[in-house]
Parts: sequence; C-alpha cells; structure tokens
Amino acid sequence: MLNTALPDKLRLLPWTVIFVIVAIGGFGISILYSAAGGSLQPWAATQSIRFGVLLIAMLAVAQIDIEVWIRYAYPLYGVILVLLAVVEAVGFVGMGAQRWIDLGIIRLQPSEFMKLAIILALARYYHFLPRAFIESPRALWPPVLLIGVPMALVMAQPDLGTSLMIAFGGVAMLFLAGVRLRWFIGAGIAIAAALPIVYNSLRPYQQKRVLTFIDPEADPLGAGYHITQSKIAIGSGGMFGKGFLNGTQSHLEYLPEKHTDFIFATMAEEWGLMGGLSILAGFAVIIGWGIGVSLTGRTQFAKLAAMGLTCTVFFYVMINTLMVMGLAPVVGIPLPLVSYGGSAMMTVLLTMGILMSIARQRHRQMLGGGPASL
Amino acid sequence: MTIRSESDREQLFSRRALFIGAAQGGIGLLLAGRMAYLSVFEQEKYKLLAEDNRVSVRLIPPRRGWIVDRNGKPLALNRPDYRLEMVAEQVDDLDATLAEIGRVITLSPEDVERIRADVKRLPGYVPVELAKDMPWDQFAAVNVRLPDLPGVQPIRGFARYYPDGAGVGHLLGYVGSPTREQFLETKDPLYVFPGFRLGKDGIEKMLDDPLRGRAGARRSEVNARGRIIRDLQTVDDTPGATVTLTVDRDLQAYAARRLGEESASVVVMDCWTGDVLCQLSMPAFDPNAFSDGISHKEWDTLNADERHPLINKSVQGIYPPGSTFKMMTALAILDAGFKPEDGCHCSGRYYFGGHAFHCHKRGGHGGVSLSSGIFQSCDTYFYHFGRQAGIDRIAATARKFGLGQEFDIPVPTQRSGIVPDQAWKIERYGQKWLPGETLSCAIGQGYNAATPLQLAVMTARLASGREIQPQLLLGGKRRPVGTLDVPPEHLALIRQAMADVVNSPRGTAGRSRLPVAGVQMAGKTGTAQVRRITAADRRRGGKFGGLGVPWKQRDHALFVAFAPVEAPRYAMSIIVEHGISGSGTAGPIARDIMTYLFAPDVAMRALEKLEAGWAAKKAKELADAQYRAALAARAAAEAAAAAAAPTTAAAPLPTPLPTAGTGA
Repeated sequence: MLNTALPDKLRLLPWTVIFVIVAIGGFGISILYSAAGGSLQPWAATQSIRFGVLLIAMLAVAQIDIEVWIRYAYPLYGVILVLLAVVEAVGFVGMGAQRWIDLGIIRLQPSEFMKLAIILALARYYHFLPRAFIESPRALWPPVLLIGVPMALVMAQPDLGTSLMIAFGGVAMLFLAGVRLRWFIGAGIAIAAALPIVYNSLRPYQQKRVLTFIDPEADPLGAGYHITQSKIAIGSGGMFGKGFLNGTQSHLEYLPEKHTDFIFATMAEEWGLMGGLSILAGFAVIIGWGIGVSLTGRTQFAKLAAMGLTCTVFFYVMINTLMVMGLAPVVGIPLPLVSYGGSAMMTVLLTMGILMSIARQRHRQMLGGGPASL
Repeated sequence: MTIRSESDREQLFSRRALFIGAAQGGIGLLLAGRMAYLSVFEQEKYKLLAEDNRVSVRLIPPRRGWIVDRNGKPLALNRPDYRLEMVAEQVDDLDATLAEIGRVITLSPEDVERIRADVKRLPGYVPVELAKDMPWDQFAAVNVRLPDLPGVQPIRGFARYYPDGAGVGHLLGYVGSPTREQFLETKDPLYVFPGFRLGKDGIEKMLDDPLRGRAGARRSEVNARGRIIRDLQTVDDTPGATVTLTVDRDLQAYAARRLGEESASVVVMDCWTGDVLCQLSMPAFDPNAFSDGISHKEWDTLNADERHPLINKSVQGIYPPGSTFKMMTALAILDAGFKPEDGCHCSGRYYFGGHAFHCHKRGGHGGVSLSSGIFQSCDTYFYHFGRQAGIDRIAATARKFGLGQEFDIPVPTQRSGIVPDQAWKIERYGQKWLPGETLSCAIGQGYNAATPLQLAVMTARLASGREIQPQLLLGGKRRPVGTLDVPPEHLALIRQAMADVVNSPRGTAGRSRLPVAGVQMAGKTGTAQVRRITAADRRRGGKFGGLGVPWKQRDHALFVAFAPVEAPRYAMSIIVEHGISGSGTAGPIARDIMTYLFAPDVAMRALEKLEAGWAAKKAKELADAQYRAALAARAAAEAAAAAAAPTTAAAPLPTPLPTAGTGA
C-alpha cells in the first residue's frame, strides 16, 4: 500500500514552493560561504547539513495526517508552555541566561515552537467554537490567555522579538477568526495610550534601542552602529552589488552579526538590489502560496492554520528586513532559511511542512465537519 | 456584521484574509522600495561611507628638521623613541594585557594607574600611551609577543633631543603636543597624531613651519578592529628643513658653564654682521624634559623660582642699564657741542634743585673730563653735563644705538625697554619732565630700562660705527648695513675711553684685562640699583646693594665689552642679576667669554680652575651643614638624656660584664 501511495503523495507536493525554498536556502549557504571569506568553515558546511536534514524533516512532516494537527494542537501547546516555564525557572535558578535545550545539531528554544503551537491551538479553538460565540466577549478570554501567558514568559527572558512574533501571530488569528473589529480598535487605542508607560518601564538598554532606532546617527559608534553599518552595506551594494566575495563591510567586519541577523545586508552588499529583490520575490511566492492554501481550505481549521502559519513566515521576513534597512529597531530576529542558525530554519521548515500537510488535505472534511454543523 | 451562517463566516474570513494578504503585499512593496532607495538613490553616499570604513589614512608624521649652529654642529636633533601604545577598544582583557606587558617591561603602580585613568577618560579609539623611551631589547621583546596582545601597538617614533640641555633652553625653546585649541583652529589631523610635537617656544616656535616639514600618508585597508589588511598607497613625508643659526654652540656651552649658578644673561654679537654668537639666559629649563611634557608641579616650581628660569632674560628681561648707559650720555654731551676736555670737579656729591645727587665714589674723583668720566665711571660728570645736554638729546642718541626698540629676530616675545624723554613722560604719566630726573637718567638709572640684547647691539654699534641689526639666522638675504649718524671722531673718543676702563691703571675694570697676548678688550662696567637708596640708608652708611642685604635687593651687575680694541670684532653684554658689582662679577665673566673667542684653551683652563673652586666650596658647605646637623642632634640627645636622668638614676645600675682578653 505504501508502494502505491507514495508516488501519489509525492505528486501532490507543491514542487514549485519546495524549489523556491531550496533556492533561498542554497543562496543563503553561498552567502555564508562568502561571509566566511570564501570558506565552507565555519558556517556554510554546517548550514548545508542542517538545511538538508530539516528539508527532509519538512517533507516528512508534510506526510502527516491533518487530523493529527487538530488532535494534538492543545497537548503540543501545553507541553511547549511547560517547557517554556521550565527553562525560565531553570535559567532563573542556576544556568544563567540559558534559554535552550542542546540537541547537538541545534539548540532547541521552546519559544521557537511556541510560534507554531499558538497558531495550531487557536486554529483548533476557533474550529470548534460555535459560530454564535465567535463575537461574544466570553469566548474571547481563552484565546487571550493562550496568547498572553507564553508571550509574558518569553518577554521575561527577555526576548522582545519572539514575544512580538507570538503576539502578531495570535492577533492575526483572532482577526481571521472573525473577532469583532471594535476589539482590535479598542486594543489599539489602549496600547497607544499605554505606550509611554510601557516605554518608561523598559530597561535602559531597551529604551536606548528604541531611541537609536528613531535616530541612529545620534550615536553612530554606539548603539546605532548596527543599523548604520547595515545601511552602508545595503546602500553601497548599488543595483548589482560589489560581486560575490567582494563585500568590504562584511569581510572587514564592519557589519555586525553578518552571518546571522544582518545576513541580508551581507547579501545586498555583494548582490545589490537584484539579490535583495530575488529573496523578497522568493518569499512572496511562498507566502502567496500559503494564502492560496488558506483561501481554498474547506474547514475552519485548515483555513485558519494555513493563514496563521503563512503569517508566521511573513513576520520573520518582515521584522528582519525592516530591521536591516533601518525601518525597525534591532530586535534579533533572523532571516529564515538564510541566516546561520538552526532554530529559525527549523521553525520555518516545520511551518512549511505543516502547511504542505494541510495543503494536501485541505479539501477533507474532518471531525464531522466541525462546528459548521452546529 | 454578525455571523449568522457558515457562508457569512467564510465570507468574513476571505475578506479578512485578503486584507492581511494585501497588507503583506504592501509591506513587501515598502521593503522593495526602501531597498531600491538605499541602493540606487543613496548609493553614492553609502559607497563613500563604505570606502571611508575600508580605507584608513594613517599619517606619516614628518621628521622634524635639525637646528644647527653656525658651524653645522647640532643644537636640536631627533633620536629614535620606541613607544608602546594601546587602543583600548581593541583590548579584550585590560588586566591580562597589562599583566602580560608587565612581564616584559616594568610598569610602576603609578604607570598602571595612569593607564587605567587614560582608558577611562579617553574615547576607546584613541591610543593610550603605555610606555615611552623604551630600550631596544624591551621594544623587541614586546614585538615578539604582539599576537597575544590585541590592541597594543609598538611605535617607532622620534623624540626631540637637545644635546646642550638647559644652555639652549631659552634660545631654542622646546616642542610639545598641540593643544586642543590649536587643533580646533587648524583642523590639521597631524595635530592629534600621537607623538606629534610642534614648537612651543623660542626658535622651535618661530620657525615651526620650515622645521615641521610635510606629513606623508599611508592608505591602507583596515578591518573594523583597526587591523591593517593590506597597504594600498603610500605618500612619503617631507622631512623638515634644517635651520642654521648664527649661534656658536661651543661658545654658548662655554658661557653656560661659566655662569655657574648665577641668574644672568650673556649676549655676544659679531660687530660687523650682527650675527648673535651667543644668546644665553640662565638659569633655564631643560628643553629635553619640557619636550616630554612636565607636570604642573614642576611648572609651578619653576614659575615660582626667584631666578625666573622660565624668562628669557636676554630679550624679555629689562634692567636699568646703569653706567653702561654713560656712553650714550657722553655722545649726547659731545653732540651738544661740549669739548672732550671740558671738565668739572667731583666732590662725591652734586647738588641740584635742593637735592644731593651722589657719585658712587664717596670721596669724589676730583677733576674729571669726558674720558676720565667714562673710565672712572664718575657720576658727577654726567650729572653736570648730561643735564646741560638735555634728556631729549640723550634719548635721541640712545635710540640711534638701538635702545628702546624691538629687533626683527625670531623670538616669541621681546621687550622694548624704555628710553625716557619729555614726550614719553607726558604720554606715560601725564606729567612734565623734571630737570632733576635728567640727572638719574644720565647715569642710566631712573626710568631707563634696556634688555641685554639692546645693550649688546648698542656696544656693537659703538664698536663698528655701523647700524648693525642682530641676526639669529645664518644665510638668507639681509639688508645692507648703514653707517651710524654719529661723528666718527666722537665714537673714537668713546672707544678709547672704554679701552681705558679695562686697560688703564685707573679704569674700573682692571681685572677684566684679557689674558691673551696682543688682544685688548674695551668695556664698561655698570652697577644698577634695584631699589631707591634713601637718605636714611646713606646715614646708616655701608653698602646698600651688596652682600649685606637679601639677594633680591642686591644691585644688578652689568658689563658691556668689545674686542679687539683696534679692530673690533665681537661685542657683548653681560647682566648678572643681583650680582652686586659690574667690575667684580660681570667683568670677569665677560673677560673669560671674550678670551674663549680668541684663545679657547686659555679660557677653558680658567673655567676648570673656577669650577674646581666652586665644587670645593659646595663640598665645604655640605660638610658644614652636616656638621651643624650632627651638633644639633647631639645637643638634642643630651637634652633628652638630661631630662630622663632622674628616673634612670633611681634604677639599680646593671653589673658590668666581665671583659675578657682586652686588659694588659
């Protein structure tokens, strides 16, 4: 049965998207090769192995039955929440600021998985929520708690970037599920009003980041250094870049985090505007495909999960590129598939795996058609 | 809208999903636009900034030009200076780095403290000096360990070196780091280059431009940590030009030794060219120490010193010329139509306007004329005839000889002194000139004030009859020297009188005769009061400005001279502050220095004898002081013992120990 089923399953895979993923990942590896001064060590080789392994994992995940996701959405969320609390507690007790579990090939951060788990959990919640309750305030507090608790735990680490991504993902889900607009507008006004208070409660280094973002030239050698050097790298690349292996900002180490958070700048210096647009176009294909999956889904879970997961990928790309182009504060979010490091790559490839799994089965009715019958 | 049916919900979802999709598309366009803006429209700006990052222009400071004397002997040169600097922001672990360096060179706790303070005070990219003037072996040892010492930079620089030290301090000045203000004024990047020095005083300051040369530059590719990846282009520096002075280094050094510990100035000039052969002011600072930078405390000590080691007395010190001025008065008297034979009687005092004006000789000189008035330095003669010649005529004569004016020589500050006349007093004090004031001015006291350089120029003009100007730089174009507007026969009379000062048995400076066969020196002594002598002082009698009064109140000793008498070649002026007597203190110094010009070995032998005497005197004073201290200590001990005696007497005396083997 496996023998007959497998080719069929392979045929159903979105090969265009997989090709784009491989192209972006391969481009990323070539950038890492250049960033190391034209060497496979220390980054390109490791990244290749990682990418290969995770690509296979993605294809494996794509084979999982869609019902597994809906069935295990809450347990998965629960386990990751516990892990988050545990690393927070352990880190607090005696391991310093260590927020990860070492798995050898990658260091696992529970907060990374939370970006996925929150989407699946909320998709399940709204999948089963009777239509009549969607707009009721009483039905709003469970998802708010589902978002708020992990967000607070991650914020406490402190990891502003990841906590923002959890919030963005969660809020996008609420919006898509049909929560009344007035709640978003009300929350927006409340946040705007609370901003000065929040700003004052930030730690000085966080305040400095915000101020630096507003005016990076004020302190070009201090906190504004990252943004300034990143803009120099991108701007000096021009239309077609300085050529492969010819970046000076990266090779002479003016660009900080040239292989992780600021890899987009490293790339732009050598490949120019064309390179940047290629990467953006690649992600546009992936995200566009994800939106398509969502819109053609038959069940609420498939629609919501597909759109939420697509948004997660989008937020990664958006926050990172806005940051390197000097349009957002420096918040330590890598560029998925391109930046060196396992966590983000794993999250995004798992996301893509789940998306593919959903895409394959998006026309299936599940669990008695869900709440539609209620 | 409320959700009533499944299709409502699907519609709502689709609408909102499309909204999110559109928002994502919008943000995507914003990103693309932003990137295009950065890399296309602002490309030039960022290309420049990237280039600015990549390329570091490191200045090559020019080597400072030498200063040499008239014979090409170096007065100021450069010696290699091995220094160690550290760029704090490139240092990973300051403690470890200091410990590692401490293993190779000795860093005192004060050094470490200073380094730490500098690291805290200065921005991270400014090099902090770890050590300077390192011996070669230590420098080499540090170089070997450089890979373990990130941020530490060995520098092979040059330090200014003045072989003659204090002897050329005032003449040459010194070099030092530019001040913050100087940098802000010029914006010259060389000014913040570590180890760059510019002239701060004297010749170093006045001729800084030719001495400095032009900096070169090394363009190299550097990484963010400041490490040089490769050199791109190098423009060599242009070393500073050599400046040749008219000074004779050996003469200057001899004069400095000869002055010993006196607070004095010596100026020696060539009578025909105006070349300044020696311009010495002592005591002086050591320019070597100054060029390294001295502490506030050292500066304050020097500044408070009553012998003014920070003032170049030759051009900044102004003194009453005293009797050395009498040649000016004498020429004015001749100019007024008096004959050299016209005489008067000196009884030791001269009454005018109800006041008694005293001659320095209490009993008087008897009958005096122009010539004997000069060689015996009779004040009465000059009171009598000077008053008749008038102050304006005296002042006009003095100005012809360079008094009261500044000269065109490269010194940072010179004073013009005062040649008083009627117009001057009205302008200065708003008061009419009193005839009695002419009397004090006629003998070089009163308002008269001159610098040692002016007195040397005066003497040179007297000796040559030419309007010579002092010159400090050898070579170059000079203005032709004109003849003085003074009848040559008058000058001849004065020269003869000056020759008699030294060589006549009745002259005031008999002990200043040159010990060189065939060369005679002409001169004039001067003893200038530094305070007013009151009638009460005179009644008390004795010396008023001599050894019996505090150093600061003693008279200045002056001597001006030229030689040889028949064909003058050299002129000089000597001023010994509070040296008491022109003939006793300044004259012999002038004799020895003049001797050095004609017979150096004779002069050197005389100096060695003198120095031996000074050393013996010093040793004796030291021994006396030690002896007195020992006496005082013994007296104190005895007093203490006497005070303690009653109590010890009560105690039982210890039994004397049996002594063995010493008897018989």
